[in-house]
Amino acid sequence: MNALILLLGAAGAYGTALMFGTLGEVLTEKSGNMNLGVEGIMYMGGIFGLIVPNVYEMAVGTGNANPFVAIMLAVISSFAVGAFAGALFSFITVTLRANQNVTGLAMATFGTGVAKFVGELRRLKVGGYVTLSNELKFAFDNHFMPQFLKDIPVIGRILFNQSEFFYLAIILAIAMHFFLTKTKTGLYLRAVGESPVTADAAGINITKYKYLATIVGGGISAVGGMVYTMTTAGCVWIEASLSGTGWLAVALVIFCTWRPLNSMWASILFGALMIMYLRIVIPFFPTELYKILPYAVTIVVLVITSTRNIKDKQPPASLGLNYFREER
Amino acid sequence: MNTNLKMPLIRLAKRDSLKPSVVWAIRIASVVLALLLGMIPIIMAGKNPFVSYGIMIEGALSKPGYIRQTVKRAIPLLGTALAIAPCFKMKFWNIGAEGQITFGAIISSAIAIYLGKSLPSFPLLVLMAVAGAIGGGIWAFIPGYFKAKYNTNETLFTLMMNYIAIGIVRWLQGGPWEGRKGTQMIPMFPDAARLPNVLGIYCGWIIILVLVVIIHVYMNFTKHGYEVAVIGDSENTARYAGMNVGWIMMRTMFLSGAICGIVGWMLVSGANGTLNSDVAGGVGFTAITVAWLSQLNSFAMVVIAAMLAVIGKGSATLQTKLSVPASVADIISGVLLFCMLGCEFFINYKIILRGKSDKEVQ
Repeated sequence: MNALILLLGAAGAYGTALMFGTLGEVLTEKSGNMNLGVEGIMYMGGIFGLIVPNVYEMAVGTGNANPFVAIMLAVISSFAVGAFAGALFSFITVTLRANQNVTGLAMATFGTGVAKFVGELRRLKVGGYVTLSNELKFAFDNHFMPQFLKDIPVIGRILFNQSEFFYLAIILAIAMHFFLTKTKTGLYLRAVGESPVTADAAGINITKYKYLATIVGGGISAVGGMVYTMTTAGCVWIEASLSGTGWLAVALVIFCTWRPLNSMWASILFGALMIMYLRIVIPFFPTELYKILPYAVTIVVLVITSTRNIKDKQPPASLGLNYFREER
Repeated sequence: MNTNLKMPLIRLAKRDSLKPSVVWAIRIASVVLALLLGMIPIIMAGKNPFVSYGIMIEGALSKPGYIRQTVKRAIPLLGTALAIAPCFKMKFWNIGAEGQITFGAIISSAIAIYLGKSLPSFPLLVLMAVAGAIGGGIWAFIPGYFKAKYNTNETLFTLMMNYIAIGIVRWLQGGPWEGRKGTQMIPMFPDAARLPNVLGIYCGWIIILVLVVIIHVYMNFTKHGYEVAVIGDSENTARYAGMNVGWIMMRTMFLSGAICGIVGWMLVSGANGTLNSDVAGGVGFTAITVAWLSQLNSFAMVVIAAMLAVIGKGSATLQTKLSVPASVADIISGVLLFCMLGCEFFINYKIILRGKSDKEVQ
């Protein structure tokens, strides 16, 4: 039991990165755009979210850097690069009407390439690992909740011993839930994703909604990459370690049945699966096979969700299809 | 006159057809544009892009030894692109070629490891090839089955299968098949299990070139190829015509995986001489670029695979000579795909400006 609590507590860190990735993709897919490039987008967010604070700290000198400014810079820069990727995706699929699947795959290749390239260049420039001072590292992974909350049995460790980004992600999930179910804009967005023909007839600007949802969604996903580098990876850029996270986020969107609130527990669950091999040892079971677990579970989840054909748990009806007004 | 004001500034209309020469001119222009955009990261790295491209071409093609290395890169790329072409034609997004290559390689290696010393070379190699094909085929059939039966998302399914196959190799490498303890490496195969060289390159290139023709015929002149094309255009039409869509999907996936498995066999038996977790090394993804850039045309794939192999080998040289990170190859490959996807728009649609349309109306 104790091991399980420790596991779930630690899972929150990795789960936070996944949660941002998933929430971004939920928003994108609600507009009917299926951006498979989340892997590339999270990679780019991961490196730009580290480099910009790194440049800032070097510019003002170690020790003079304001932690709050550094965090804001990391969030803004990673969001911006993700938003750029979302805009590029929208331009190619919405304006130039290209196939969404292949464009997404191209985005995955492009994004990981850009991230590795930029990371390597920066590494050559600073002559060693790209990282931050310990002060800033602490600010990024600050478990700031008061001790008495962390001491609450069971839930204290899981809910209150987390970094600031965890709470940001939770707030975002709740906000997105309200946006999608309670606001006019949110309902319009869902209409665009469900039936663009109807939405168009109702006078909704399809192009605008698709672009905006994909841009903001890309930005949110990229923040997830930044959160991963700055918390789980300890503010150090290791190219290989982020590999697979973006794809898991796309899978989690299906697992959450396109609902932001579900992403909260789903991300922590998958965060736990990712680090389980470190925390819960199974005797005589090889570690390398143990590491497969999250991917195997993803497959099981994909199969189960597809066999149970429940009506209100379906993807947006026009997901992955481009809308051409002229071809109605 | 008032109606003119209501005309949008830019209108789009579908083109009937363009001359093939114009179509290819647009496509070549998009490749040129992509290569120009590929200069941006090189400039960012503070290097002269023209000199850099020169070094890339030199590093890939200037000496027979370099050319051999470039061809070695092109072989699995071309083979895998040929493998995934039928799937993509069917609009079945198989991005698990990486895993299918790896699993084919595992089964093939099992034969080499357990039977390598007891069988003569030729039957052993044939057995390894068949085993690899079946291994890769099974790895692709599983997601194909669930797609056909329950419409399970094939993109994510095939992708997750990659991680599983690679994980299995990591386990074999450090466990049952490990050579000297602690090396985390599988020992080299016996000579009988190695593909012979032809013109200094393992003979896989001949097999792949034969495969180019076979796939071309299969896709364009057989009933199977026709069925695949119909499903790709419209699944409902295929059903209405009485085709068994599920069966065709599973069959095509098995075939695609089997070819990937053969590529895996050639990689372990020819290129590397042993199995490691990096056996596919990103080929499964780059092959998607190859397949799509060549519009799923097998002969065009030869050219595109060669081009991407030159970029890949060239960027490795660029890294050693000018310390421009080799990942520039991924960026160029991504940009190439973006440009190619974008340029189809200008082939399929014509843009009519407001003023111009007036003249047409009159």
